[in-house]
Formats: sequence, C-alpha cells, structure tokens
Amino acid sequence: MQLTGAEITIRCLQEEGVEYVFGYPGGAVLNIYDELFKQDKVKHVLVRHEQGAVHAADGYSRSSQKIGVALVTSGPGVTNAVTGIATAYMDSIPMVVITGQVPTHAIGQDAFQECDTVGITRPCVKHNFLVKDVKELASTMKKAFYLATTGRPGPVLVDIPKDVTQAATEFVYPKTISLRSYNPVTKGHAGQIKKAVQLLLEAKRPMIYTGGGVILNNASSQLTRLVRLLGFPCTNTLMGLGSFPGTDPQFTGMPGMHGTYETNMAMQDCDVMLAVGARFDDRVIGDPKHFYRADRRIIHIDIDPSSISKRVKVDVPIVGYVADVLEEMLKLIESSPQRPDPAALKAWWSQIKEWQRKDCLKYDRASKLIKPQFVIEKLYEITKGDAFITSDVGQHQMWAAQYYKFDKPRRWINSGGLGTMGFGLPAAMGVQMVNPDATVACVTGEASIQMCIQELSTCKQYHLPIKIVNLNNRYMGMVRQWQEFFYGNRYAESYMDALPDFVKLSEAYGHVGLKIEKPGDVEGALKEAFAQKERLVFLDFITDQSENVFPMIPGGKGLTEMILAEEL
Amino acid sequence: MRHILSILVENESGALSRVSGLFSARGYNIESLTVAPTEDPTMSRMTIVTEGSDDVIEQITKQLNKLVEVVKVVDLTEGNHIERELMLVKVRAAGKERDEMKRLADIFRGRILDVTDKSYTIELTGPGEKLDAFLGAIEPGVILETVRTGASGIGRGERILRV
Repeated sequence: MQLTGAEITIRCLQEEGVEYVFGYPGGAVLNIYDELFKQDKVKHVLVRHEQGAVHAADGYSRSSQKIGVALVTSGPGVTNAVTGIATAYMDSIPMVVITGQVPTHAIGQDAFQECDTVGITRPCVKHNFLVKDVKELASTMKKAFYLATTGRPGPVLVDIPKDVTQAATEFVYPKTISLRSYNPVTKGHAGQIKKAVQLLLEAKRPMIYTGGGVILNNASSQLTRLVRLLGFPCTNTLMGLGSFPGTDPQFTGMPGMHGTYETNMAMQDCDVMLAVGARFDDRVIGDPKHFYRADRRIIHIDIDPSSISKRVKVDVPIVGYVADVLEEMLKLIESSPQRPDPAALKAWWSQIKEWQRKDCLKYDRASKLIKPQFVIEKLYEITKGDAFITSDVGQHQMWAAQYYKFDKPRRWINSGGLGTMGFGLPAAMGVQMVNPDATVACVTGEASIQMCIQELSTCKQYHLPIKIVNLNNRYMGMVRQWQEFFYGNRYAESYMDALPDFVKLSEAYGHVGLKIEKPGDVEGALKEAFAQKERLVFLDFITDQSENVFPMIPGGKGLTEMILAEEL
Repeated sequence: MRHILSILVENESGALSRVSGLFSARGYNIESLTVAPTEDPTMSRMTIVTEGSDDVIEQITKQLNKLVEVVKVVDLTEGNHIERELMLVKVRAAGKERDEMKRLADIFRGRILDVTDKSYTIELTGPGEKLDAFLGAIEPGVILETVRTGASGIGRGERILRV
C-alpha cells in the first residue's frame, strides 16, 4: 500500500514505540500534524515555544532511558529549537528532532519560513539528514533512531520538505540497519581491562570519578557494586549525580568548581584514578596543568574515543560501553584473591575524613533571611529524597546539586554541558509526562524561570502537577557572585528589576502560587505545596541576596585552589 | 608538525561541510583540502594537509572518525608516502625574459600549456616544496596569476586505503 510521507513519518514513530512527541505546528509540518490527528498511538504535547518542546523531549529521555522526540516547523521553528538541540548534544541525550522544511523546489530560494536547517544544526547534532525523496524517508528515520541511541548517544535531526510529506510510496520499515561508516567500539579491550583491574588492586590512594556516561548507559548498579567491593571513595560529577547513592558513606560529594573540599583534594592527591563516563571537563578539574601529577595513574572508560586524552593524558584508556566494561572488571576482581592493601586504604580514608572535617558545605543556619541551601535541605526532607529534581542554571543549580542527595540515577535533570537557562520547567514537563505518578520539582531562580515561563500554560493544559521551587534573590545570582569576587562588586546588569508578582502570575496561568519570606515558613509552605498532588504550585522563596556558592574554584585555577565560605 | 590526512567519506552532499566545519569549530588548521570521488562512486577521498602537535593530530583523527559520514581516516605521514600537487602559473614572458622562463620551466619539468606573445601559462606537478621552489626561483614581479590544487597523497608500496 502506498503511504504519504506524512503517514510514513507517523508510522515510523509508531514502529519505534514512541509514546509522546513534543512539538509545535506550522506550515511546513501541517501534513504531518494531520496524520498525527488521525491516529491515537503517538500522543502529541503542544508546548508554547519550540525551545520548550526540545527541552521537554530531553527531560523525558533523561528521566526514563527512552528516546525523546520533538517535532517543529521550518524556519523559526527550527531556530527556536536550536538551544534545546545544543543542550541535548552537550549532554549526549538520545533524541530525534523532526523538522519541517519548505518544498524541495523552493529550497535555496529564500522561501517563506525557510532556513538552512541542516547547516544551522550541523555543529550541535550527532548527525542530521535532509530527506529529498519520500522513498528514503523510512530508512532515514530508522537511521536517525539507530544513531541517536547507539554509541555515544545524541540528538539526530531529520529535515523533511513539505512536498516529501505529500508524495507517496510503499512503506517498509527496516528491522535493522547498518552503516559502513558508523561502527562504534562497544566492547572494552580485555587486556586493557585486566591492566586497569591490576592498577586498582594495587592502589594506595584510589579515587573513582564518574560522570553522565554511567547514567546514560544504565551502569549504576555495576558502578555501585564495584565501589562497594573495592571500598574506594567515589565522586559523581554534576551529570553523574545519583549513579552512586548520594547518602552512601563512600560518596564524597560532587567534584569541581563547586564540588566538596574533600572530593577535590582526593581527586588531586589520589595515586590511581578510575574515570568512568566522565570527560575531565574544565568545570570538573579546572586547569589541566595544575591537575597533572606525574605519580598518578589514570584509567579512563568511555564510549567516545575522542573523550579520552582530550584534556588529560590517561594511562589506561578503555573504549566501550561503561556497563559492560564495569561488569568485566567486577568479574575479574571477584575471581581474584587479591584485594587492595587494607592498611593503605585505611590511611587514605582517614585523610579523606580529615578533609571532611572542613565541613565545606556549612552555612549560617541562624540567619533571619531564608538561606537557599536551607530550602533545598527541606525540599530533600519533605520529598524523602525521592523526587525527580530538574533545575535551571546558576547558583540554585549548584545548591540543588550540593544539598539534595540523589540516591538513584535519572533523578537529577539539569543542563550540565551547555548550561541553558530556561531548561528546568520544560524539562520537568517531559519528566512528569513519562513519570505521571512521581513527585517532580523544578529548582530554579527568578532569572532562569522567566526564560521559558510560557510553559506554565502547557503545564495547565496537560495537568502537570510540577512543584516550582523558585530561589528568588532578585539577582542573576551566579553572575552577581562572579561580579562580587572578580569585578570589584560592579553588578553590571545582574539585578533583576521589575520582577513580576510570581504568585499572581501563577494564578493567571491557572496554578497555585505561594510567596515565602521567612525561614520559619519554608517547611510549612513546602508541605502545603507537595500535599497538592493535582496542582502545579509555584513556590516563590525570597532568599538572602548576598548568599554565594561555596566551595568555589575560580575559573582557570587548579582543583585545590578552592575558596571556602570561612575564608571570606 | 605537518600531517597529511587521507579520508574516505560517503559521497553525500554535506560531507565536505561536516569535515570543514569540524576543523573550524575546534580551531584546527587546514593548510589545504582536496576532494573528489573515487573508483567507487559512492565514496569520495579527501586529502587534508594540517599542522599540529601529536596530541592535536590524535584529536583531529578521533573527531573525524566520529563523523557519521567518515568511513576511514589515515595519517599518511605516519609511513612512506607520495605527495603531489598541481599548479598552474601564468607568468609574464616578453623579450629577454621569454627564453629564461622557458628554460626555468624545463628545469622544473613544467609544461607550457598556453602561450601568448606576452605570457606563458605553465603547468607544474610535484610535492608542495617543489612548487614553492619554482615560485621562489622566478621574479615575483613576473607572476601574473597562480592556482594550486593543494596536496593529494597516497601510501607507498602495498599500503592501501579502502573499505
């Protein structure tokens, strides 16, 4: 039977088991929308801005292991979506973005709502396609899903001109696909794994440093077993929080620019480092020259060969899926009679405990103003540490990462790589869609939330009972912090003047709004909000304006060059 | 150090911009880039001459391999190889200069492809340094126009690059 390109597009989504598509209609995708209308297997979520569609598909994917799908129209639909696509690309999130394009004969003619979608998105996708012939549509869709989910995951974009959605052909969806130019190495090299295990067993001051790759590859259980079997300290990056339980005594806190004192000291001082699905990012290790130590051996497991020895030279590189490699390592260690030197390990742990005594995350609990850290701690208590927490970007993001202890993977959803303000709310929509009964909170600030505030309307339409925890300090807090530290207190354009009344704003969108101004009211307000299971509640916490995120490594400095709260 | 990378890519529109975009986005140098289809029409072969430390070249190779349309990457400078470039140069050739120019072209095994009473157009093939040497040997003032293809390279002996 002959199907049109629009029908084929929807059939492909059905074949892939896609449950939700996040999108926004427009001229070039009208045929596709018409086919969406005629079926009920694939549900569509109408956002209020294309950036929101991509972030929602992203949050959907991050919280569920499933692939996110977004659908937008040509021209401005695409350019609005670019921020979302770049966000997903930087954090390696599997996603397929379907974009409408002007008809093939109009391409290059500066047609209405035309843009060079493939050209504009090329640097921020894993791969992209322009489908010029309807006969290639089904196989291209198959390739897109295959590429997005295998190897190092990432967003793949399929650009479909309007005439291709009208043209008809026989529909055959390929069961499997292979590309001669795409064969990621997925199985770790046995010899290298053996070498790595030997190094670990001989380590005197070991450190296990893991990132988002562990979460993306669902390797949390393997990681947890390995860390416990070896008795080593473990840190998770901002992207990896929850892959090893945050409440476990072997967890030393996050590393990096706003990481804990003990973790950063241990990262610098260890003699054997096992890096798993992490990429020695500038926000994690600071200056690579300062990080370098001749006597430290580094093992690096990653699916992407280009992540290995990019910023830091490693001694034992292992390319492969981290879950499989960790499984192999576990087998080798379990079958070996050798164990790490207990005396050395004991001495190392007592050194770490010594560092922990700095109590680097302490803050003024007696303050008459609401401390943002206190709000996060209460949020943690009231949600029993079991909520999905999305965040925007800035101080609130760091406080959420520091004070909410994530025990499970895929519970902490944030834009780590690109650092996209406006991510939190639409991401929370995707999270709530795929986890309808779960508690979902978006930790944000008064600056970030306004970047995608229009999605409050989407939340109303789909009855998404998200709890928005707005840490409102009337400043772009992280910008203000840098200006205070490094720009002589010249707060250039970081004060958020003319803020809306968030309570009234929430009510205008049909939600519940609460304003909290005293520390004594924090707990009650949170309890009240989370008791309203059916409603979105916007909690506007008026927090201490002068609060800063500590510890802090100034940009370009080394891991041990931290500024601690007490030193100011 | 100067490296010559030979790259097999899918012969698809966009493959070239993916490769060149990678170089500009990551701040790598391109000294020259040539591309044309191979005996297999579904595939093109690129030769990129680039400059960089071993670490940089390692990253370039890894990043190129990551591009979905790149089938294979080889650094020719890792082994024995042949490098050739074609240059067309139009020079002023009038009066006494005319004979001298002909002699110089012969010495460099160049061929004169086009002649007017005031100019020669000379074809010259060889490694980049040879073409540079030719240009160095003639008066800069007599060069009217030059066009160079950039280097193409191939491994010596049994060493081949194919899928």
